[in-house]
Amino acid sequence: MAIGEYLWLVPLLPLVGAAINGFRAAYAKGEKSKTLTNGVALGSTLLSAIIASFAAWRYGLAKVPYEVVYWDWIPAGLGNVAGGLLGNFNVELGLQIDSLSITMMMVVTWIGFLIHVYATGYMGHEKGYTRFFAYLNLFMFMMLLLVLGNNYVVMFVGWEGVGLCSYLLIGFYYDKTFAADAGKKAFITNRIGDFGFLLGIFLLFNWFGTADYTKVFALAAHDPLRFEGVATLLCLCLFVGACGKSAQFPLYVWLPDAMAGPTPVSALIHAATMVTAGVYMVVRSNVLFRLSPEAMLVVACVGAFTAIFAATIGLAQNDIKKVLAYSTVSQLGYMFLAAGVGAYTAAIFHLMTHAFFKACLFLGAGSVIHGCSGEQDMRKMGGLGKYMPRTHVTMGIATVAIAGIPPLAGFFSKDEILASAFFKRFETLGEPWSWFPLVLFGVGMLAAMCTAFYMFRLYFMTFVGEYRGAAEAGHGAHAGHDAHGHDDHSQGHADDHGHYGGAPHESPWSMTGVLWILAVGSILAGLVGFPLALIGKHQPTYFQSWLEPILLPIGGHAFHFHEAELTMEVILIAASVAVAVIGIVIAYFFYKADPSWSKPKQLAAGAPKLYDVLLNKYYVDEIYGATVIRGTIVLSLILKWIDTNIVDGAVNGVRHVTVLIFGHGSNLVDKYVVDGAVNGVASGAKGSSTLLRRMQTGVVQNYALVMGAGVVLLAVVYLAFEVLGKMQG
Amino acid sequence: MQNILSIITYWPLVGALLILFFVNKESSRAIKTIATFFTGSTFLISLVLWFRYDRSSDAPIFQFVERFSWIPSIGVDYFFGIDGIAMLLIVLTTLLSFIAIYCSFTAIEQRQKEYYVLLLMLETGMIGVFCALDFFLFYVFWEVMLVPMYFLIGVWGGPRKLYAAIKFFLYTLAGSVLMLLAILALYFYNTSGIPFLGIAGLGNAPTFDILKFHEIGHSIPPEMQFWLFLGFFFAFAIKVPMFPFHTWLPDAHVEAPTAGSVILAAVLLKMGTYGFVRFALPILPDATTSSRIMIPVVVLSIVGIVYGALVAMVQPDMKKLVAYSSVSHLGFVMLGMFALNPMGLQGSVLQMINHGISTGGLFLLVGIVYERRHTRMIAEYGGIAKVMPVYAFFFLVTTLSSIGLPTLNGFIGEFAILLGVANVSMVWAAFAALGIVLGAAYMLWLYQRVFWGPLDNPKNNELKDLSLREQWTLIPLVVCMFWIGIYPKPFFDIMEEPVNYIVKKVEPNYFEKAGIQYVEPPLMEGHEQPAEHAELHAVEGAR
Repeated sequence: MAIGEYLWLVPLLPLVGAAINGFRAAYAKGEKSKTLTNGVALGSTLLSAIIASFAAWRYGLAKVPYEVVYWDWIPAGLGNVAGGLLGNFNVELGLQIDSLSITMMMVVTWIGFLIHVYATGYMGHEKGYTRFFAYLNLFMFMMLLLVLGNNYVVMFVGWEGVGLCSYLLIGFYYDKTFAADAGKKAFITNRIGDFGFLLGIFLLFNWFGTADYTKVFALAAHDPLRFEGVATLLCLCLFVGACGKSAQFPLYVWLPDAMAGPTPVSALIHAATMVTAGVYMVVRSNVLFRLSPEAMLVVACVGAFTAIFAATIGLAQNDIKKVLAYSTVSQLGYMFLAAGVGAYTAAIFHLMTHAFFKACLFLGAGSVIHGCSGEQDMRKMGGLGKYMPRTHVTMGIATVAIAGIPPLAGFFSKDEILASAFFKRFETLGEPWSWFPLVLFGVGMLAAMCTAFYMFRLYFMTFVGEYRGAAEAGHGAHAGHDAHGHDDHSQGHADDHGHYGGAPHESPWSMTGVLWILAVGSILAGLVGFPLALIGKHQPTYFQSWLEPILLPIGGHAFHFHEAELTMEVILIAASVAVAVIGIVIAYFFYKADPSWSKPKQLAAGAPKLYDVLLNKYYVDEIYGATVIRGTIVLSLILKWIDTNIVDGAVNGVRHVTVLIFGHGSNLVDKYVVDGAVNGVASGAKGSSTLLRRMQTGVVQNYALVMGAGVVLLAVVYLAFEVLGKMQG
Repeated sequence: MQNILSIITYWPLVGALLILFFVNKESSRAIKTIATFFTGSTFLISLVLWFRYDRSSDAPIFQFVERFSWIPSIGVDYFFGIDGIAMLLIVLTTLLSFIAIYCSFTAIEQRQKEYYVLLLMLETGMIGVFCALDFFLFYVFWEVMLVPMYFLIGVWGGPRKLYAAIKFFLYTLAGSVLMLLAILALYFYNTSGIPFLGIAGLGNAPTFDILKFHEIGHSIPPEMQFWLFLGFFFAFAIKVPMFPFHTWLPDAHVEAPTAGSVILAAVLLKMGTYGFVRFALPILPDATTSSRIMIPVVVLSIVGIVYGALVAMVQPDMKKLVAYSSVSHLGFVMLGMFALNPMGLQGSVLQMINHGISTGGLFLLVGIVYERRHTRMIAEYGGIAKVMPVYAFFFLVTTLSSIGLPTLNGFIGEFAILLGVANVSMVWAAFAALGIVLGAAYMLWLYQRVFWGPLDNPKNNELKDLSLREQWTLIPLVVCMFWIGIYPKPFFDIMEEPVNYIVKKVEPNYFEKAGIQYVEPPLMEGHEQPAEHAELHAVEGAR
C-alpha cells in the first residue's frame, strides 16, 4: 500500500471525531455519555497516531518523499509570473510526506494523543466536556493539515484553522470575560501575522507561479540568482506570519493571555504544537531563507531578543502557568535563533525536545492546579512534593531537562543552537561586524541562565518547603486575585471531590501516567541529537542526517552542518552547562536555602522600578492598548462621525438642494411623495388594486424629479469639463 | 428547455398574481404556502441551469438563449441568455428568495398578502436583470426590481422606514437615470451618431443588443468611453455600493424587514457589480484600462474596504455593523474586478456569491434575535451562547465565513481576489489585506459581545434557541459555505470561460502576449463570429 492511499486518514480521523462530538455537544439532550465522548475522541486520535507511525515507518524504509494531490482546490486562472511568462495559478489540495513533516506529524499525533488522555482526567468534571474534545480533535485535524500540506496555501489553511481552535479553546470558559478577551486577542494578533503570511504567498505566486513546496524549492535552489532580489521581502513576509503564530516579539502578547484556556490546551496548543508552527514554516522554507542572509539575520535577532526578553519577564511571575507561558515564548525564540543562524535541524530538534518537556511541565502544572483545587499562585503552594510525589518527580525531570543539564533532552538541543550561533558568520554584515554572532551567542547563554533560574524557582516554590496554601480555607475563592490566567477549574472540581480546605492531593493515573511518559521522553529524546564529535566522529548527528533531505543544495552548493573540533565542542558544552548550573544555584539560594525568600525580596525592594517593569511584563500590553488598539478605535469613531455628518450629510444636502431647485418645499414632497406612496399603502390601501395604483403614482413623481435632477447634474458636469478643456487647450 | 429562462423569471410572478387575485388576504396559511411553493419550485427549476449549463471549453459563452423581436421600430428584442456568471447569480437569487420567504413566516404579521406578492415580484425583477441581454429589457427589469424593494422597506420597515425607503429609491434612481443616458448614447452611437455633440455614428442597424455593444467596444472613441463609463459608474457604484455612495445602505438595511435585508445584501448589491462585469468592462474597455478610471476605482475600492471595516467596528447596532461590513466586502469585489485578470475576476464573481451567502446568513441571524428581543443593540446582549448554543454555532460559522477563514467560502473568494490584485500591484494587495485583519477584529468583537461573557441581561435568560424552521433557513447557507470553501472547483469551472471572455474583451492581448493561443468558442449557439473578435481559452502555448 502506497503511503498516499491512507495518509489522508491521519488528519481526517480527528476531523470525524470532532464532527461526531461537535454534533453531540450541540444537539444531544441531557447528560452526554462520557464513555462515548472518550471513545470517539481518543479512538480517532490514537488510530490517527498509529497510522502516522506506520507511514513514518514506511518512509523510513525507503526515504523517498511522497506527495499526493487530492483535487484542484483554487484553480484561479492565468496570471503573470516575473519574467514575462503567464502561469496557471492553481492551488491543489494535497499532502506530502518527508522527513520534516514526519517529525512534526509524530510529535503532533503522539503528544496530542497523550494530552487527550490527560484531559479525560483533568476535564472530568467540566460541563462542556464533549464540546472540549470536539475542539481538541478539530485542532488535531488542522494541525496535521498544517504540517502535512504540500503547498503554502494548505499550510495556511491549517495555520488559520489552528488559530480558530486556539480561539475557541482559550475562550472555552466563554462566560468569563477574561477568557473571551484572551481568545479574541489571540485570533486578531494571529491575523496580523497571517496578513504577512498571505502577502508572502502572493509574492510566491508572482515570482514562482505556484506555492507548491517541491516546485518552489526546486526553482529557487536551481536558479538562486533569479530570486535573490525578492527573497528578502518574501522571507520577511513569511516571518511576520511566523512571529504571529509562534509568539515572537512584537506579536507575542497573545500567548501569555492564552493561558486562560484549560491547562491541557495550554500544553498541547500553546506549548507543544501550534506555537511551533512558525518554526516549522521557517525551516520548511529554508531554501528561500538561505537565499537571503538579511532575512536570516532578522530571524536570528528577533529570536534572540525574544528569548531573553521573555526569559526576564519569566523571572518575576508568580502564576505558575504564566511562568511557563513566558518560558515557551523564550524557548520559541531559541528555535528562531537556531533557524536564523542556519541551524535548521537544531531548530526542529529543539522543537521536538521542547514538545516533551514543556508538555510535561504544563501538564504537571495542571496536575498541581488540579491538586490545589484551582490555585495558580505559586506563593500559595510549596511542599507539594509530599502530597503529589508522581507529579513532583516528573516535573522535576522536565525542569532539569529544560534547564539544559546533560544528558537530558533540553541540553542537547540547546547546546546545538548555542554552538551554531557561536560559529555563525553573517556574510551581509561585513568584516567590522564579524563579532555580531557572538552577541547572539551571549544573549542565548544569558537566556539559558535565566531559564535555569526561573524554572528552578518554580520548582522550589511549588514542590519544596512547607505548604503555604492550607491556611486559606475556601479554595474556590480567588477574590482579589489576578483573574487572568485562571482556569476556573476550581469550583466544579472542588465540589465534586469535597476537597474544600483539604490538603493538596495527587492526581489520578490518567494524568500522572501521561506525565511519566513525557518525563521519560524528556530524558531520552535528546539522544537522537547526540553530538558525535564527542566520540570522535566528525559527521552530522542522527537527527541532522534524518532531516538532511529538506536542506536542498542551492546552486549546487550542499548545506554544511557546523562541525567543531572536539576541544571547542567540549568548551562550549562546559560553558552552557556552567550557566545552567549558575542559574540553578542562584535559584537554590534564593528559594530553597532560605525559606523566607529574603534575598529576592531585598532585590525587588532594592530596584523597585526594575522589578515593577518585569512584573508588569515591560508594560507592552499597556503600550499596545494605548497606541494600536486605542488608535484604531478612535480612528473608527472619527470615521463614523464623518460618515454620518459629511458623507451622508452631502447626500441629504443634495436632496434638500434638489427639492429647492424644483420648487417644492420639503413639506410638499413629504406630504405627496412620501405619504402618498408609502403611507397610502400602510394606512389604508383598500385592496390590492389601490396598492398598485399608489405604486404607480408614487413612482412617476419620483421618477420625474430625479430624472430632471440627473440630467441637470450631467449637463453641469459636462459643461464643467468642456470649460476646463477649453482653458487647457 | 427552450424557454427555461423565461419560465424561471416569470414563475414567481405567476405566484404573485395567484395570491393577488385568488387568495383572500385573511388566509395567511394559503398565502405562505403558495409563496413557498413558487419560490421553492423556482429554485428547483433554476437548478436545471446549474446541471445543464455546458462548461466545456468549446461551449457557447451565452446559453439558454431566447430571442425574438419585441419593438422592431427601435430595434428592441426580447433577448434572454446567460453566461456562467449570470447563472451563478440566478441560482443565488432563487435560493435566497426562497429563504427570504421561508424566514418571514413569523416575522411578518401585518399585510401578509401584499408582502408575499411584493417579494415574489421582486424575485421576477431580479432574475430578469440577470437574464436580459437587451439593454432595453435590462433597464425595464432594473427599474421593476426597485419598486417592490421600496415598498418592502417603506411598509414593513422599522421606525425610520420612510426616510430609508425614499433614500434608497431616489439614490438608486438617480444612478439609473445616468445609466439610461449612457445606454441611449451607446444606442445612437451605434446607429446614426449623436448630432448635438457632433459625434458620428457607426451606421449600424438600430439595436439594444448588449452583445453587439460588446463587439463595438474598442471602436468607441476613448473620450466618449470615459463619459459613458461615468454614466454607468454612478448607476452601479451606488448600487454596489462603493464608497462614498454607500450611505443609503446602512439606513436601508437597518429599517428593512429581515427578508428585505437578506435580499438587499445577497442579490440587490450584486446588481451593481454584475453591471460592471456585464456592461462597463466589456463595452468600454479603453476607459476601463485608462488610468483616470482605473486608479480612482481601485482607490475607492480600497478605501471602501478599510473604511467600511473601521466604521463597522464601532457600530452599536448589529444590523448596521453587518451593513458596513458589506461595504468592506463589496470593496473586495470591486478591487478584484479591476485587477482585470482572470484570478481577480473569478475571485470577484465568487465573492459576489460568497457575500450573498454569508452576509445573507448574518442578516437572517440578526433577524432571529431581533424577532425575540426586538432590539439589535449589541449592548443589550452578552453571554447568550449559554441559552442559545445552536444559534451561537450557526452564528460562529457564518462569522468565520464572513471573515474568510480557510475551509469556508469567504477565504476562496478573498484569496483569488488578492492573488489577482497582487499580480498587478503588491501595494494594493497589502492595503486590501488590511481589510482581512480588520474584518476579524470587528466580527469577533461582535461575536464576543453578543455570545460570550456573563449572561448579565436578565431579559436574555429566557431566550429560546433556534426552532427547526429557523435552522432550515440557515442550513442550506452553511452547506454552501463549506462546499465553496472545500471544493470550489465546480464554481471555477463555470466561471472560467465567461471570465476569460471578459478579460479578453478588456485586454485583447492579455493571453497572446505570453504566447498562449486561444481557440474561440462561439458567443452563442448558431452565432457566427467575425474572426477578429476571437476569443478564448487556453491551449498551452509554446513558452
